[in-house]
Amino acid sequence: MYALEINNLKKVYKGGVEALKGIDLTVKEGDFFALLGPNGAGKSTTIGVLSSLVNKTSGQVKVFNHDIDNSLDKAKSYIGLVPQEFNFNQFETVQQIVVNQAGYYGVERKIALQRSEVYLKQTDLWEKRNSPARNLSGGMKRRLMIARAMMHQPKLLILDEPTAGVDIEIRRSMWKFLTDINKSGVTIILTTHYLEEAESLCRNIAIIDKGKIIENTSMKQLLGKLSVETFILDLDDDYQDIQLKCCKSELVDSHTLQVELEKGSTLNQLFSELTAQQVKVKSMRNKANRLEELFVRLVEHGRETQV
Amino acid sequence: MIQANYWVALKSILYKECNRFLRIWVQTLVPPAITMTLYFVVFGSLIGSRVGEVNGFSYVEFMMPGLIMLAVINNAYSNVSSSFFSAKFQRNVEELLVAPVPTYVIVAGYVGGGVIRATIVGFIVSLVALFFVDIQIHNFGVILSTLLLTAVLFALGGLINAVYAKTFDDISIIPTFILSPLTYLGGVFFSVSMLPDFWQGVSQLNPIIYMVNAFRFGFLGASDVSLTLAFSVLIGFTLVLFFTAVTLINKGIGIRS
Repeated sequence: MYALEINNLKKVYKGGVEALKGIDLTVKEGDFFALLGPNGAGKSTTIGVLSSLVNKTSGQVKVFNHDIDNSLDKAKSYIGLVPQEFNFNQFETVQQIVVNQAGYYGVERKIALQRSEVYLKQTDLWEKRNSPARNLSGGMKRRLMIARAMMHQPKLLILDEPTAGVDIEIRRSMWKFLTDINKSGVTIILTTHYLEEAESLCRNIAIIDKGKIIENTSMKQLLGKLSVETFILDLDDDYQDIQLKCCKSELVDSHTLQVELEKGSTLNQLFSELTAQQVKVKSMRNKANRLEELFVRLVEHGRETQV
Repeated sequence: MIQANYWVALKSILYKECNRFLRIWVQTLVPPAITMTLYFVVFGSLIGSRVGEVNGFSYVEFMMPGLIMLAVINNAYSNVSSSFFSAKFQRNVEELLVAPVPTYVIVAGYVGGGVIRATIVGFIVSLVALFFVDIQIHNFGVILSTLLLTAVLFALGGLINAVYAKTFDDISIIPTFILSPLTYLGGVFFSVSMLPDFWQGVSQLNPIIYMVNAFRFGFLGASDVSLTLAFSVLIGFTLVLFFTAVTLINKGIGIRS
């Protein structure tokens, strides 16, 4: 069963800006799905349409088989939304915000209070439950929005850049939280600019650019398309020249070697050549996240072909 | 099941709205008490004693229902206009828009909050009035129904104002330039029968005349206008504004892209 089906979705804003140019997308139930794209690509407009904050121009959207045109309330009841910008009342307390939100979904106050303890503890906000939201840090506000979105126990959680501006420690704890939620059966759609986040969390991915889906596949297949992977090697000594036959290489400085390994080549070949030249390698790392490399290439390629 | 959910949603909006104006009670409940005390002191005790009787009642007795109504109108209107506009401004109105809450429940929740505040303020002003006048009640049913209908009507007006408002200035334009003149010329401080014939005719176009007079009838048993006409006007305007508010929010005016 599909958690989300989008057919030929178009959105033209007042003034003629064509934000969505007929996108088609499906997300299977239980999936952890990444919707990526550069700024202004149409990600937030798509999410806005799904959550009924943006009126679509045309097209069809179904959430767990409920068309938003004729059973909007049912469709909404399945969705939990974590928007990009803070959109809670800054003067209400943390617990009031999450309990009121549950009430809008028909969750009785008594049950909502019990759930608030569960989700505020899971997001490390329980100690702050009586603080006005304006007193929270940026990271805490992001977690508050996740706790709020979970209060009616949605089957589809949509997160629009949930970890923006959050430090790495909290980001990793949020990843763990989201992974656990997904394992419990909740379908998750994630947009993010942290591509390592998408790569480590998501199983399937769509890339949107200029209102069109330019890639829609599994993360594994997409990463398989990466024809070249760039590595940075930290060397143990000073080197003036290193020549490699197995791959393209460049000595960035006397201690750093950059190599581009093509698909099919192995690290063994690389290290054999380096050993033969008595080059000692202290450590190695990817120059960029693999998904990041692909993302940049796909978006740039899409723009070149459009030109 | 769905209707039960809507009821829970309505209670949640009401809870949030009441919590909002009670949290800032110094700004919401105290000022009308102080303002109305001043009205009673200045117009009732000091000037009123020189005015003499109006329609057979002392001036302070005559004025008292109108002053309560004045406070009810202002508070019902300003509560909803500021609350809904703040929700738009801070974008927390999105909490409601993404939830499976029908528009009429959202309207009822916000209007309900305005009505509750207006009723509390009306009660506070009535308590203040007790220091200046012996309150008599002619028909409690008329008092209560007029108060509630008027509060609903002006709360709806405040909501529509907030839907269209783009800045905080926009929510003070209607109260300043339309609501205040209509209220002060709406028979709070004078009887319509005191006006020249032409202005008596013009005043019939002011809907607040009907509310103030119906409310005054509840206390004193005397009114410048027919009670049936007053309730017809109240119910008519309320229905028109309710359907207008629901239509505007359904279309997403000012709240959806």
